[in-house]
Amino acid sequence: MNRLKKLFESQENICSVYYTAGYPTVNDTMPVLEALQEGGADLVEIGMPFSDPLADGPTIQASSEQALDNGMSIQLLFEQLETMRESITIPVVLMGYFNPVFKFGVEKFIGKCQEIGVDGVIIPDLPFDEYRELYENLFNEAGIANIFLITPQTSDERIRLIDAHSTGFIYVVSSASVTGAKQNVQQNQIDYFNRVNSLGLQRPRLIGFGIGNRDTFATACQHAAGAIIGSAFVKLLGEHGADKQQIKAFINTIKN
Amino acid sequence: MSKQSKYQADEKGMYGRFGGAYIPEMLYPNIENLKKVYKEIIDSPAFQQEYKALLKDYVGRPSPLYLAKRLSDKYQTNVYLKREDLNHTGAHKINNTVGQILIAKHMGKQRIIAETGAGQHGVATATACALMGLQCVVYMGEVDIKRQAPNVARMKMLGAEVKAATSGSKTLKDATNEALRDWICNPEDTFYLIGSVVGPHPYPDMVARLQAVISEEIKLQISEKTSKDYPDYVIACVGGGSNAAGSFYHFLDDEKVKLVAVEASGMGVDSGETAATIALGDMGIIHGSKTFLMQSEDGQITEPYSISAGLDYPGIGPQHAHLFDTGRAQFLSATDKEALDAALQLTQLEGIIPALESAHALAALNKMQFQKDEAVVITLSGRGDKDMATYMERFGF
Repeated sequence: MNRLKKLFESQENICSVYYTAGYPTVNDTMPVLEALQEGGADLVEIGMPFSDPLADGPTIQASSEQALDNGMSIQLLFEQLETMRESITIPVVLMGYFNPVFKFGVEKFIGKCQEIGVDGVIIPDLPFDEYRELYENLFNEAGIANIFLITPQTSDERIRLIDAHSTGFIYVVSSASVTGAKQNVQQNQIDYFNRVNSLGLQRPRLIGFGIGNRDTFATACQHAAGAIIGSAFVKLLGEHGADKQQIKAFINTIKN
Repeated sequence: MSKQSKYQADEKGMYGRFGGAYIPEMLYPNIENLKKVYKEIIDSPAFQQEYKALLKDYVGRPSPLYLAKRLSDKYQTNVYLKREDLNHTGAHKINNTVGQILIAKHMGKQRIIAETGAGQHGVATATACALMGLQCVVYMGEVDIKRQAPNVARMKMLGAEVKAATSGSKTLKDATNEALRDWICNPEDTFYLIGSVVGPHPYPDMVARLQAVISEEIKLQISEKTSKDYPDYVIACVGGGSNAAGSFYHFLDDEKVKLVAVEASGMGVDSGETAATIALGDMGIIHGSKTFLMQSEDGQITEPYSISAGLDYPGIGPQHAHLFDTGRAQFLSATDKEALDAALQLTQLEGIIPALESAHALAALNKMQFQKDEAVVITLSGRGDKDMATYMERFGF
């Protein structure tokens, strides 16, 4: 969590990149993470693949399916990341659906995250109320940030409530869509970002969904601490594999 | 319709330790909104009047409660069949779709989406949409579209757009994912019409209330036909579990009535080719609900198998999980072969060709002991026309 805190305190235009663990081949998890750090990503979200990713579009669905076919699992992911802090200094967040985490055991999962130096977790379908009731203390004691999503349909009141119980940052879903959708930012989205910014929230925000090139990244950065690139990067991995040069060039195009 | 009991959902949509609403934030406002209005709409006189009129004149209710004499002789008891197979479109599914379509109309929604496995719920949804003049999009697994061509054609003739779910295993669970994704992308004008007592709260409760007409009628009909005002047994098949939920609804608090749910065990509970979710007993989260489901060691949802497409769901409604947990209902399972035998037996003893789903409920007769004076109600959830290809293949007619 300190790594997240430091990042948001010290930097603007944060470039956060999502990729699916175990994709395109099962042993690509660490090489991709290292290449992202070298290439200049400020924060990385590692996706834990799930059989039924209902908030994801075709690109991330396909990568999840491939990763599962490759034999990816939470257990294997923790093994792959076991010694990541020997080389990785940027914050790392795990993102995935609740069922595999529930099956693994939430307490055991958080324990493992703490042990290997994961900074935060995003579980889109873990209900906010259940988190507060059952897991908030667990996350706080382990120093693992729980990151919630907000959308254009989320009321001001609920955004404030989410802000009050968030650690790390808030994930601002840019539009009513699944991942990997539209590729330009509309006026009504800008209005929504401005509405969120006018609430005087305590936590920083990153904008995600539909951010996949230099223009959308730059626009998002004008309205938040930074932005998250997912499907566009997963597509690159699908085309070129864990190629260091390609990954570096991709981050460079987005950031500069 | 608004009675509360320990077997019904609490304010958070929990049935004991099951249920709830495990949904991403994108769906939260939609679900909250529906949660706020559904009970009020269902209980309103305007809805009740319109719903009851449609059930009577359009669906053809009340459905008969038929004393199956030759079947009763064979099992030395009194077997009554609740004839949901005689409903318009051939199954109980229509009770739910005409109810939800009225709720959608009351909420001012213009566009209806639904998921379907074998196509029965898709047809029932497309029917209700044609009736109300609403736009209808049905998601169906690519594999199922190929297997169920007549139902695809029916939906299209009714004016629905059938969209193929091409992700994952390309069957019912993936069609459900696609429908949820559509709802995420169209949160304002679209109503998601779920076909069973599954999904996030309030769907399990809403669908159970709309299917509750089945047990409401059984209660009345049994007191007309016997000296008692309750049946000794109510038996129904369960996949997601909507016909069972409706058949049990008004008897949940009357513990004299023994409730029996029959799952599809496919090639056998331990064969790996099964849909007997309760028998496998693994807890988790599927399509927004905490319940029993079929999953791998790593929490990936696995593909169920049953000869009956309508029972082929890797989860089960959270209320059923709770009925199992509390012991209020007994859960049995029937294999493909037992269901086929039961279907043939009913056809030749009573002249009624049942749906393969309903045949699983009938198979329970061979697994239980009854007294001569007991009243055993079996819900015949649907007719067998749609299954003729399977029957022809299996029986060689």
